[in-house]
Amino acid sequence: MKKIRARLPKDAAALALGAERVADALRKAAAKQGIELDLVRTGSRGMIWLEPLLEIETDKGWQAFGPLAPEDADAVLGGTSDKVLGNIEDHPWLKRQTRLIFARCGTIDPTDPNACSFAGLKRAREIGPAAILDEVTKSGLRGRGGAGFPAGIKWKGAADAQAPQKYIVCNADEGDSGTFADRMLMEGDPFLLIEGMAIAALATGATKGYIYIRSEYPHAIAAMQRAVAMFPDFEIEIRAGAGSYVCGEETALLESLEGKRGQVRAKPPLPVHHGLFGAPTVINNVLTFASVPAILEHGAAFYAGLGMGRSRGTMPIQLAGDVKHGGLFETAFGLTLGEIVNDIGGGTWSGRPVRAVQVGGPLGAYFPPALFDTPFDYEAFAARDGLLGHGGVVIFNDTVDMAAQARFAMEFCAIESCGKCTPCRIGAVRGQEVVDKIIRGQNVNANLILLRDLCDTMKSGSLCALGGFVPYPVLSALNHFPQDFAR
Amino acid sequence: MHVSIVVHMTSSSSFDSAAAQGIVSRHSGAKGGLLPALHEIQATFGHVPRAALSLLAKGFNITEAEAYGVATFYHDFKLDGPRGKHVLKLCRAEACQAVGADAIAAYVKRKLNIDWGGTTTDGEWTLEPVFCLGLCACGPSAMIDNDVHGILDERAVDRLVAR
Repeated sequence: MKKIRARLPKDAAALALGAERVADALRKAAAKQGIELDLVRTGSRGMIWLEPLLEIETDKGWQAFGPLAPEDADAVLGGTSDKVLGNIEDHPWLKRQTRLIFARCGTIDPTDPNACSFAGLKRAREIGPAAILDEVTKSGLRGRGGAGFPAGIKWKGAADAQAPQKYIVCNADEGDSGTFADRMLMEGDPFLLIEGMAIAALATGATKGYIYIRSEYPHAIAAMQRAVAMFPDFEIEIRAGAGSYVCGEETALLESLEGKRGQVRAKPPLPVHHGLFGAPTVINNVLTFASVPAILEHGAAFYAGLGMGRSRGTMPIQLAGDVKHGGLFETAFGLTLGEIVNDIGGGTWSGRPVRAVQVGGPLGAYFPPALFDTPFDYEAFAARDGLLGHGGVVIFNDTVDMAAQARFAMEFCAIESCGKCTPCRIGAVRGQEVVDKIIRGQNVNANLILLRDLCDTMKSGSLCALGGFVPYPVLSALNHFPQDFAR
Repeated sequence: MHVSIVVHMTSSSSFDSAAAQGIVSRHSGAKGGLLPALHEIQATFGHVPRAALSLLAKGFNITEAEAYGVATFYHDFKLDGPRGKHVLKLCRAEACQAVGADAIAAYVKRKLNIDWGGTTTDGEWTLEPVFCLGLCACGPSAMIDNDVHGILDERAVDRLVAR
């Protein structure tokens, strides 16, 4: 009996595009053709426009096929499919990337810990806490959740704190629209995240970990639950969020983990001193922890050698919205926004011209093509009143109404505000009303002044980034697309 | 829009007090166990019955007002029931907006004849907005119970709700 080894993603995006129906059809076709099919279910390679993407081992090496429909199964196994893409590793979209976090994602069975080397953790054990902190600090790694705080400094704060109990908390509450890197990693390479958290525990003396995953990610929750049960060296508990965006803010997340309303805490005290259940806590995003094994394995100098300015290492850029080649592209910092949108993303899926690009989630600024020379770097984006956030890039075509987008930003903030501080709780509701008046053509000039004033109050007066950053999408829409507000 | 949550006493026939107490007891010993308990209550009963809030308050040694405050903070927990046999969550966030999510939402509302938060008269569907499913490169996206769907158009919606 002919035997064929194959890989097909079980990633949620692949499932959303019919991967399960393709898997069923492949099994049926294999039985019909007398083929013994060894189908490994992997994570996604991140080329979402090619999903479901099947890889088959042939005498010419691995051959990829996609995007597949169930009716392609017979031809794929029979060797006559016209959806053949060649070896996917030779695809320019993958070849151009520098994959550290996503090096294995899409190639391994995420339920098999033996597919992982744990080389970073092994070296961490050899060199000990002080040297781990030194490596992470020297690597220049900054928090990938959006704030960009240096990870080494955060970890040192927790390591220096004296307490009988310390915690490692992973923020997997990936609520920003346009981002899915955390989800893809947890589904495709859960042991890399566990390895990163275990290294953080070694460095700081923490003895328990939590991963707080948003409830909108049932597949990631299942994948992580399966993986932590197979990793005995560090105790990690998986907790599900409950649909609150603000719980992605680190102190709101800690409150939520404690079983309370997810309301933001005033800082200080910082979580490294007074975090979960009052204990010193390192709380980092999925991608921050997942960056650490490569830093330990290859050394700080290797990692710091990638990137630009104070943005070191790699960032998984997530291309979304109306984009031809949507997906995840991990690369060193420094590409321009134009390269990302046009070269990598291939422009729009619809074929219409690009009009605006929102970078960094619902609290990120809208950039017009005139600013496409901005390099993907924390400081360069800040200098142009934007932010990188969690690396999401959402492309809008020329049919977008930027006044509607500004209104949505305020609406979203009103829905998700935790209610603790007045600028956010009241400001978002009033902001929505003011934009509505502008859209209706009511007293437009006076209301535009009022809207800017309100944004100023929210920016300076809010307790956390929700109310504090919602002015970014609103003001960028106003500043770069004023014609959409002229009624 | 924020949909204010109206509290209904559930009919006592649908509420199994012993089952609810079992859930509370399983989680009340764990640090921060209130959210896992609420999740399990909602999964078991389809919503969080008022009577379960009383049991949670006792089990976790908090006031009923506090239990109510936690449950109502989170979009996932619904105090009013019963809800539809299936929950259709449609993404309303920016990446899906960029590929026509608003038009799909309008179509779904017309087709099912309900608004956000509503349940069809046959009890089959409850429609909810969701802000991002992490399916941003294949929108507009939706989740039905725990199944995900991408690149939705009107034909795909017809197929999904006809099942």
